[in-house]
Amino acid sequence: MIGFISYLVNGISLGSVYAIIALGYTMVYGIAKMLNFAHGDVIMIGAFVVFSTVSGMGLPPVIGILISVVVCTVLGMLIERIAYKPLRHASKLAVLITAIGVSYFLQNVALLIYGANTKSFTSVVTMEPIRLADGALVISGETIVTVIACIIIMIGLSAFIKYSKSGRAMLAVSEDSGAAQLMGVNVNSTIALTFAIGSALAAIAGVLLCSSYPSLTPYTGSMPGIKAFVAAVFGGIGSIPGAFIGGILLGVIEILGRAYISSQLSDAIVFAVLIVVLLVKPTGILGKQIQEKV
Amino acid sequence: MKKALSLLLVGAMTLSLAACGSSSSDSAATDSTTAEESTTSESTDAASEESTGATFKIGGIGPLTGSAAVYGTAVQNGAQIAIDEINAAGGINGYQVEFNFQDDENDAERSVNAYNTLKDWGMQVLMGTVTSTPCVAVVENTQADNMFQITPSGTAVECIQYPNAYRMCFSDPNQGTESAKYIGENGLAQTIAVIYDSSDVYSSGIYEAFAEEAANQGLEIVSAEAFTADNNTDFSVQVQKAKDAGAELLFMPFYYTEASLVLAECNSQGYEPIFFGCDGMDGILAVENFDTTLAEDLMYLAPFVASSEDEQVQSFVSAYEAAYGETPNQFAADAYDSIYVIKAALEGANATPDMSVSDLCDAMTAAMAEVTYSGVTGKDITWGEDGEPNKAPLVVQIQDGVAVEL
Amino acid sequence: MSKKMKVRNLSKTTKSNLITYGMVIVAYIIVEIFLRAGMVSSLIEGLLVPLCVYVILAVSLNLTVGISGELSLGHAGFMCVGAFAGATFSKCLENVITFGILRFTLAIIVGTLCAALFGILVGIPVLRLKGDYLAIVTLAFGEIIKNVVNVIYLGRDSRGFHISIKDTISLGLEDDGEVIIKGAQGITGTPNDSTFLWGIILILITLFIVINLINSRTGRAIMSIRDNRIAAESIGISVTKYKLLAFSVSAALAGTAGVLYAHNLATLTALPKNFGYNMSITILVFVVLGGIGNIRGSVIAAVVLTLLPELLRALNDYRMLIYAVILIATMIFTSSPGGQAIQERIKLFFERRKTKEA
Repeated sequence: MIGFISYLVNGISLGSVYAIIALGYTMVYGIAKMLNFAHGDVIMIGAFVVFSTVSGMGLPPVIGILISVVVCTVLGMLIERIAYKPLRHASKLAVLITAIGVSYFLQNVALLIYGANTKSFTSVVTMEPIRLADGALVISGETIVTVIACIIIMIGLSAFIKYSKSGRAMLAVSEDSGAAQLMGVNVNSTIALTFAIGSALAAIAGVLLCSSYPSLTPYTGSMPGIKAFVAAVFGGIGSIPGAFIGGILLGVIEILGRAYISSQLSDAIVFAVLIVVLLVKPTGILGKQIQEKV
Repeated sequence: MKKALSLLLVGAMTLSLAACGSSSSDSAATDSTTAEESTTSESTDAASEESTGATFKIGGIGPLTGSAAVYGTAVQNGAQIAIDEINAAGGINGYQVEFNFQDDENDAERSVNAYNTLKDWGMQVLMGTVTSTPCVAVVENTQADNMFQITPSGTAVECIQYPNAYRMCFSDPNQGTESAKYIGENGLAQTIAVIYDSSDVYSSGIYEAFAEEAANQGLEIVSAEAFTADNNTDFSVQVQKAKDAGAELLFMPFYYTEASLVLAECNSQGYEPIFFGCDGMDGILAVENFDTTLAEDLMYLAPFVASSEDEQVQSFVSAYEAAYGETPNQFAADAYDSIYVIKAALEGANATPDMSVSDLCDAMTAAMAEVTYSGVTGKDITWGEDGEPNKAPLVVQIQDGVAVEL
Repeated sequence: MSKKMKVRNLSKTTKSNLITYGMVIVAYIIVEIFLRAGMVSSLIEGLLVPLCVYVILAVSLNLTVGISGELSLGHAGFMCVGAFAGATFSKCLENVITFGILRFTLAIIVGTLCAALFGILVGIPVLRLKGDYLAIVTLAFGEIIKNVVNVIYLGRDSRGFHISIKDTISLGLEDDGEVIIKGAQGITGTPNDSTFLWGIILILITLFIVINLINSRTGRAIMSIRDNRIAAESIGISVTKYKLLAFSVSAALAGTAGVLYAHNLATLTALPKNFGYNMSITILVFVVLGGIGNIRGSVIAAVVLTLLPELLRALNDYRMLIYAVILIATMIFTSSPGGQAIQERIKLFFERRKTKEA
């Protein structure tokens, strides 16, 4: 029994990391309606910035995270301006391929700057792990901080979208960008703002990802990025609480699958569950069902 | 901004114009460039035969981009140190050496492309490839061309299945067997847990050999859990299973990149078995910013210890540190030695750069039977007919943040 | 495109298709001539078969993405099925059928059929979904296939075949047994049967199948579903049937490419690099850059984009960076309003020059 609870805790710990990445994914998808494959690589850049400032220059972690948030926000807006904005009215696929190009670009820039060697990331969380049941059950400080950060961001984002003017503009753009424009919403600046917020979230996600799993390479972001994307779809892409639930569930399924079924097939299990969920509920757990009209 | 954008567009334009041109003109264009290439290489060949300034051309292949880039870069750097030393000391048989290293992204197909690129460049001897899967593909080509090949770090058995191919490192079965023997003979532990990378040839190869020999040694494998390349950040389950099974020793036949995460996970779960790894562990102390206390008492098989007192090792390590600002790992060391083995074989064969690739290979394989080499990864190494090196693996333990020979 | 226009342009379509076939044949003849003359570098010579593999993959994916209008991110999974089925077949019968051409033909058929079967199995559930959800599920299937292939151990001895998903030891082989698929280590020593001629023949067959499908009644039904599913359904077109047909034909052809790929290299492993979603995306890039729905464009894009990273080798460390920049720039140039305006201007410029010359 204690074994099961322990796996569950590990699953939540992994899931919280997926969830925090998925929040950024789902936010950008919901508003801009594009799969930003480069999101995972913005996360990697965010982590590298913290690594350089905290471990390299010896700045306090809080300052490092702030710098990283600023760098990623600017980077996100730049990417949007240069690569995505010219393609606003192009086919979805063209945008997808561009996003993949941006992803390759960021990976290779990081490779040129930092080299291929693995960097060990010093956790920014100083909280001691909680040990229960004579050390059989360990909840790490990183897990607690990540889950709390997820919940705060989730509530904050929901409130922002619901109550602030630019938040409601985002909602309007996501519902119908043409109509929103007619009502005087500046679609371009709204989408730019979405990317800014999404990338700022990516910076925080990068820090928490690498605090939990302290190895940093130019390719650190790509697989968690894909998994988080799956998590976002799982929960219903575009839905903010859905990303949180999807992330946590994905983490728990992955860990339990690995523990009780097969450690070699854990990815296959995760994807199989995703397929089953989507077949039963084609827009994810909390996704909105849109009726198709002629 | 507009200017930058238009510049970008011009770049794109030239490309897509090239792409828009019909395929026949496209293939003609590539053909004409290749024709040029081959004629230039012919002319350089002709030139090298006549002039006394001829050089030996050694090629290298390994991943410089992609997730395995760290190993390829180390090999490239280590080999470059050896090449520079050899050239400074007057070259091989009085001829200077040229070295060209190509990226293969750890992909078999790209590796064959890299090999063909090097052939166009005029490569005479191949030092590579760095990783096993590409190596198995490339060795088919070197065998067909009868080109001398030595892999610094391709561990799979099939990497050197032909008579023209040699190996500098230990093979997978060799490492797995040696590890199990060492654990059994020294009575380190009775119950063993294994974590291995099931998507990696190196890791699963060692695991299988280890499991076989462990049975002979009377060791009990109480838990064997895998991970995959897509899943190499979270080790909580694997570690917990090892812990719950009560294993006294955790065997980790994979690279230090993942090992640093496994060690951190064990630490956070409060699990303290004996840690035992293979040569892939070498380099863990060089991970930037790594908390070396996590790796305290870690044991691993290694051909090479950077902190060794040995004179050759010291001069290699200091040259490497001066050139690249980091401590070399076993990949760099194996590459360094590989280049010197090529030198020994070329000298043994009394070879000259004007010999054809195939003649060079025959002369060098004949010479390899006589070569006894002492370098940074072992002393008095000889090679059998099968191309495997005869060298004893060292067992190294990390004590007070330094790797020490046991 | 409405049916009426189609009829009027029929001769134009036929001409365009003939150009596509002709292009492949001419390319083959030119390359053959240069090969005979010994004027082709080893790099290009080594790239000939991979080029054919990627052309087949791009054309087959275009059937799903361009003609059927479904975004598939799992194409590499079907290639993986074909590759492993074909290679296993060849490995098993290496000593039984010594006649290379026959063995390879059978291997291609086996690989193609296996991939088609998987295409149908995957297609039935997947095609109920739409848009990005469909994309993510195909990605999931691709990853599952890769993951499962990585844990299969298949051995053969005098008692027959043995299969395990644990390790070679649990196969329990007799002394005379040999391991055919060795889990993550895959299949080694597949006979090297792929040649450039085979590649070209398979490209021509692929083109023939895809182009005929597009220009048939079935093809028009598939495109009508793409353009307006509800309208198509309302005039009695069976959506599931036609979608599934396009999807499984596409999967089968990917399997063919897989067999060709497997018999070109001595080692076959299912790594993220060659059969993961990265490969699916690479193929998708060919299709999108070549023009969605444009078969000839796919052929050209596959050739150019496969050659590009290899020809950029001289740039060493900046190679992949420049590849990424070119990818982004090309997308912006071909798909953004600004880029299209420039394209128009270039077209005008050339047309004017033509009229001047005339």
